[in-house]
Amino acid sequence: MTVSSPSEDSSAKQLAMQHGLANASKIPGLGEYIKSTWRRKDFIVELADARSTQQYSDSLLGRIWQLITPLLNAAIYFVIFGILLGTSKGIENFTAFLVTGVFVFNFMQVTVTAASASIPKNDRLIKAIHFPKMVLPLATVVQQIQQYAVSLVVLLVIVVATGEPVTLMWITLPLVLAMQVLFTTGFALILARWGARSSDINQLLPFFTRTWRYVSGVFFSITVFTASMPNAVETVLLLNPGAVYIDLVRDSLMVSESSDPVVWIMGVVWAVVFFVVGLVYFYRGEKKYAN
Amino acid sequence: MPTKNTSADKIPTVVVDQLNIRYRVILGAKTGSAAGALRSLISGKAPSQVIKSVHAVKGVSLVAYEGDTIGLVGPNGSGKSSLLKAIAGLLQPSAGEVYTASQATLLGVSGALNKSISGNRNITLGGLAMGMSREQVEAIRQQVIDFADIEEFIDLPMGTYSSGMQARLRFAIAAARQHNILLIDETLSTGDIEFRARSQAKIHELSAAAGCVFIVAHGHAIIREVCNRVIWMDKGIIKMDGETNAVLDAYENYIAENTAAKDVTNLENYDDQ
Repeated sequence: MTVSSPSEDSSAKQLAMQHGLANASKIPGLGEYIKSTWRRKDFIVELADARSTQQYSDSLLGRIWQLITPLLNAAIYFVIFGILLGTSKGIENFTAFLVTGVFVFNFMQVTVTAASASIPKNDRLIKAIHFPKMVLPLATVVQQIQQYAVSLVVLLVIVVATGEPVTLMWITLPLVLAMQVLFTTGFALILARWGARSSDINQLLPFFTRTWRYVSGVFFSITVFTASMPNAVETVLLLNPGAVYIDLVRDSLMVSESSDPVVWIMGVVWAVVFFVVGLVYFYRGEKKYAN
Repeated sequence: MPTKNTSADKIPTVVVDQLNIRYRVILGAKTGSAAGALRSLISGKAPSQVIKSVHAVKGVSLVAYEGDTIGLVGPNGSGKSSLLKAIAGLLQPSAGEVYTASQATLLGVSGALNKSISGNRNITLGGLAMGMSREQVEAIRQQVIDFADIEEFIDLPMGTYSSGMQARLRFAIAAARQHNILLIDETLSTGDIEFRARSQAKIHELSAAAGCVFIVAHGHAIIREVCNRVIWMDKGIIKMDGETNAVLDAYENYIAENTAAKDVTNLENYDDQ
């Protein structure tokens, strides 16, 4: 029988320390953790790609759905809001306005929703191989960025086809998208930690994202709709991250739209705050993802 | 009867110190109906009903040295796999510590593989999951394909493979890399008889090259063959730790005494499937 008494405790640790052994379950510092996540970047991309293939593996059209889905989305919103409900009032180029809103918002919504399930969904992988778990929500983000890239090409075609000229403002688009991706990544990391705790968050999330969609001016102009309301309401709606990134993309692509400098500042603020908080918050939960 | 392996010239590679592992199993809401669930939620006792805590490893301590090949034996649920997972850093100890000279690898990439993508892409995915670079994956690719013997199917989705072919590919990817501290769960070496022989040969090869090896196996033949030390676990504690034949003989005698109905010789072929 091996009977271990407390006195052996320290000697075992001493032995380990003497020979330079490291604690197997110790989580590295934040800097080292981020570095080790970065070293797995090829794995992140491969995982994202495998999931995209998997997602469409049973369909005849395969990854063409990546193109069809956003188009169908835009068409539905156009019929309901543009034609039936007439939310197009006060907007010059409603088609471009609407499609921009739908595509830009969908990227955020789909990414954070998928990320919230990324830990429980990869339970088997977590139990088999040692790696920084941040890889998993990041793979979700990369997968959705690939989808977003396809949507953006469609978007540019629609914007030009509906009569928008290519202006100098277009060069701000990559900057806006970079900010949006940072914000979304941070938000995805926060929800990934919540989703790891229990799947209750996945039940609630659709209600949150639907509300978020309705207050972000995807299919109406916030300024026009809040004209009769207190200024504070308009300000809050306009400065929410969903509306901010939609506005900024519209600002880049459409001559009739122009954003207040405050919106630009908020774009940077949301990106930095969410990204930093997301990184730290997810990292702090690392110990719990395995059990 | 712990072995006195504490001579100063031996270099420890794995030190397990008073390790305890508990994990929570969420059994799901027990209540059959929504109304019942609501009732238990209101009465505030829902969490205690649905979560069960399992104490899998209870205060285990051991030191493994450079060159040790250690067999872990014991009935199902005795804590062998949990111990391996803690050494690999895959499970967090509830108490106690595990120290290792380098990152230990659990031989198994089953979780990383994806049935919708081709065998070839699965080799990439599995290799990257284990921390290889793309260049390293390319360097082992042909070796993996040959070992798994799936050359003609390599571009088909893995979902179209037979279960034997999947098992072969899984094992081949995991075994393609040299590891310093290697943890082997023998249930990996599935497949037909011919492949079992080949995978056992591969385990020998890897064990010989690794600094320290732990093997969980139900077949005692392979343990007698490769292990210099055996740890017998039962209900989360170490029942015996020592020289291979001594521990295995004691374990087999114990089983023979406790299960009169079971013939000891069956143990040699017993498989945990």
